[in-house]
Amino acid sequence: MLGEGILKGMAETAKNFVGSYFSAERLTTVQYPEERIAPYEAARVFPFLVFDGGDWEAGLRCVACQICEKECPPKCIFIEKSKDKKPDALGKPQYYPTRFDIDISVCMSCQICVEVCPFEAIKMDTEFELSTDDRFGGLLYNRGQLAKSNEYYHKIHATEAAKVDAHLAAEKAKSDAKTKTAADAAAAKAAAKPAGAGD
Amino acid sequence: MFEFLDQIFVILRHWLVSFLPAAWQQPAGVVMSVAVIVVLFPALFALTTVFERKGLARIQNRFGPNRTGPFGFFQPVADGIKSLTKEDIVPSSADAAVHFLAPVVLVVAVYMGFAVLPMGRNMVLVDMDAGLLFYFAMGASTELAVFMAGWSSRNKYSLLGAMRAVAQMISYEVVLLLSSVTVVMISGSLSLSKIVEAQNHYTWGLPHWYIFTPWGLAGFVMYAIAATAETNRSPFDLPEGESELVAGYHTEYSGFKFALFFLGEYLAMFSISGLGTTLFLGGWSAPFSWLGWVPSWIWFFSKLMMSIFVFIWMRGTLPRLRQDQLMNFAWKFVLPMCLLNLLVAALWRFLGDGWVKWAVCSGILIVAYVGMGLLEMRRGHIGPRSYRYAE
Amino acid sequence: MSLVFYLIAALVVAGGLAAMMLKNTVHCALAVTVAFAGLALLFLNLDAQFAGFAQILVYIGAVAILVVFAILLTKGSETPKDGVFSQTWLTGLAVASAVFAVLGWAVLQTAPMLPRATATPVVSVQQIGQALIGQYVLPLEIIAVLLTAALIGAVIVAIHEKEGAN
Repeated sequence: MLGEGILKGMAETAKNFVGSYFSAERLTTVQYPEERIAPYEAARVFPFLVFDGGDWEAGLRCVACQICEKECPPKCIFIEKSKDKKPDALGKPQYYPTRFDIDISVCMSCQICVEVCPFEAIKMDTEFELSTDDRFGGLLYNRGQLAKSNEYYHKIHATEAAKVDAHLAAEKAKSDAKTKTAADAAAAKAAAKPAGAGD
Repeated sequence: MFEFLDQIFVILRHWLVSFLPAAWQQPAGVVMSVAVIVVLFPALFALTTVFERKGLARIQNRFGPNRTGPFGFFQPVADGIKSLTKEDIVPSSADAAVHFLAPVVLVVAVYMGFAVLPMGRNMVLVDMDAGLLFYFAMGASTELAVFMAGWSSRNKYSLLGAMRAVAQMISYEVVLLLSSVTVVMISGSLSLSKIVEAQNHYTWGLPHWYIFTPWGLAGFVMYAIAATAETNRSPFDLPEGESELVAGYHTEYSGFKFALFFLGEYLAMFSISGLGTTLFLGGWSAPFSWLGWVPSWIWFFSKLMMSIFVFIWMRGTLPRLRQDQLMNFAWKFVLPMCLLNLLVAALWRFLGDGWVKWAVCSGILIVAYVGMGLLEMRRGHIGPRSYRYAE
Repeated sequence: MSLVFYLIAALVVAGGLAAMMLKNTVHCALAVTVAFAGLALLFLNLDAQFAGFAQILVYIGAVAILVVFAILLTKGSETPKDGVFSQTWLTGLAVASAVFAVLGWAVLQTAPMLPRATATPVVSVQQIGQALIGQYVLPLEIIAVLLTAALIGAVIVAIHEKEGAN
């Protein structure tokens, strides 16, 4: 109570006042919207669907397994499975979603859909400037609005995307190796059969 | 040439008034000076609001207003337009006459205080023999206006705020008066222009301001504390504590009446800083004798703005005091120190010249300060903080 | 008896009348404050600067606030339901007229004894101060003792109340 606390406090605020003109540490305000801070790499807002290659319909990784729809806590994902199949990145014919809607006014960004997806098809976006004046339709995103390329995914989550790509490449290599050994075995069997039939 | 600059406003008034017939000259001169005061201090108030917002912002690591005009300096224009065009809401159960009169009484009482401040050499509006007493009389009237505002709103929170404000203002008014009495004792006059004249001497180039004496420094510190409390500024702004009482006694005021309260508070700040500079900081006298060529009104207003800056600095630094802490502080610590200061000032007068009076007076004040401080700390169990962390 | 005197006197009388006739007690207190201000203006008109400013400082700055606090902390702030004039107003009027008659007779009797058309003595604050310390120092000290007694009494009453509440 001898007053030194007050003097120390006033010295600190004086340092703040003077320092705010010189160093960014003492003036941490960012004047949004003219200046923006880049979001952190682990930032997450709402989900989006990843597609490989150029055509979003052909390259969409989602196979409409509906696991994310079932696991979503507020039930904001609405999926309709197709009747036919089309080949996926590994060449296997898979179903695809004819309707994939996410209601972002309900979504709570819990990332459970991302964690449970076995196909690395749904990931979290970092885009947050999503205001619209259409309260109901504007906040219901269909699959065309949700589909974004793998290059975009690399841009927003570089390390995560690299890991996902490595994982998918490993899977592809494994499946390629399996098909190769299967093809070799089949070729060997086919080669063995005529050789055996030729006797 | 510098004499001309120093007296430029007096000469200007004299010249403007000379166009009128002789019988009208004196009243016209007075009216002119009054008009200047009525216009100048609100302009200064507008500037101060920007300085305050930007100053507080920089202290708090952020920008202040920086969109309206260059560096936000047109913000008071925007604020003024806003308060003029806002709807004036008077609660239906409020006492309409008193509710209307309260801000008027406040602003009038505060403006009256400017009449006795010497803003430069020969630049007092009314040179009264009992100028200081007049100033405090007007200050007492502001308390009544605060009470009127709080009571007429018929709002429990406003009434609480008004009661707290009045209690605080009365307690610290005693401190204000007692710390000014030491100045009156030493300078021998209640007239503010004579007090400034008494400080306008220099020894070895250094001025004889009262703040450079032990009793003057103590008196100035106590005066500053009392001034902060009188104008309800942080850390004594519980009556208008925004987080506790909405807005205290001016909760129910909107639009122009609220602007009048705001104006009244800042004008009170100016006039009390003006009085403080007159009493302790030498008024319009220059800090060094070789700087005497700078016009006197420039010194007065720079000292005024420095005081305002210190007010803003304290607002940004200190947390708010609780009502009982405030009152305890006033009656148990500051008031005894004030009375002791009176004694020390008297000793100063009678101990003759030389180093003896400096040593004795400083010694008494320091011992008393440290002693009472430690006593209060022990009684309030205040010491270095100890922290308890959750396991 | 100049115009200024009549104006100020009208203000004081109006304040007093309003203090008597208004229904709301706080309004009455504010009206009496206006009367105090008028008195201060009268003092200033007579060049008694110290008396005038002391009147403002003490009466408006302290007594009026005290009166208002007293009204608020009791039930006086509620408007009385059955009018402000008491039942025995005739007796009150008679007593007030009697007092006024006595005072007026006393003033008029002493008026011829006052010197006319001499300059009013200008008493500066310094002279008041010197008189207080020189000639009237005993009354000053007695009043100081009285004030101290009042303060100590207030503290004792408050302490007893606190202990009583405990």
